[in-house]
Amino acid sequence: MIDIALRATPLDLTECSQFVSHPSCGGLCFFVGTIRDLNLGQTVTHLEFDTYDVMALKEMHKIAETAREQFGLHAVALHHRKGELTIGEVAVIVAVSSVHRAPAFAGCEFVIDELKKTVPIWKKEFRADGSHWLAARP
Amino acid sequence: MKIACFGVAREIAGGPSLRLPDIEGSTVAELRQKLITAYPAFGGLVSFAIARNEAYALDGDRIEAGDELVIIPPVSGG
Repeated sequence: MIDIALRATPLDLTECSQFVSHPSCGGLCFFVGTIRDLNLGQTVTHLEFDTYDVMALKEMHKIAETAREQFGLHAVALHHRKGELTIGEVAVIVAVSSVHRAPAFAGCEFVIDELKKTVPIWKKEFRADGSHWLAARP
Repeated sequence: MKIACFGVAREIAGGPSLRLPDIEGSTVAELRQKLITAYPAFGGLVSFAIARNEAYALDGDRIEAGDELVIIPPVSGG
């Protein structure tokens, strides 16, 4: 079971938890990514996500599918925000479930690591010294 | 052909898309080179990929008329 979302509205950890919960699963693992107030020593005021929605959803689905197969997970929920976010807001939620805990930990880490490598979502950070697209320039 | 732009690519192109002539039949590697020639700022990025019809394209893929092309600068989600 896979649930993918890319939303302009706040993400809901309870919704993700309910989606992955199952009587056969003794392990649920979550990663919640939030917006930090400091990056590279600079104060961050807010942040904007640009998203290529159609492909982002497809890539998120691929990652969830690979994680299910590779780690034998029961379910994966992967929700990401888009648009403008302020400090402390939740940018991403990964929720996975499995019979035992080890695959849940490993699968959850795999999903967030892969998302950061391949999903076409771009973060623009607004700091006191101006705005920057992260990771774009050396 | 029209090529859509996101993130920093949108700023380099000066809008949500750009147009490059005579790229049908080119490989993706050639397209990247043509982009850098037309917009040298793309050469200043860490890297950039091309998406063709909503998936990452390989360097050897050939561009066909009607393809949906998108410039994918380094991603930074999560």
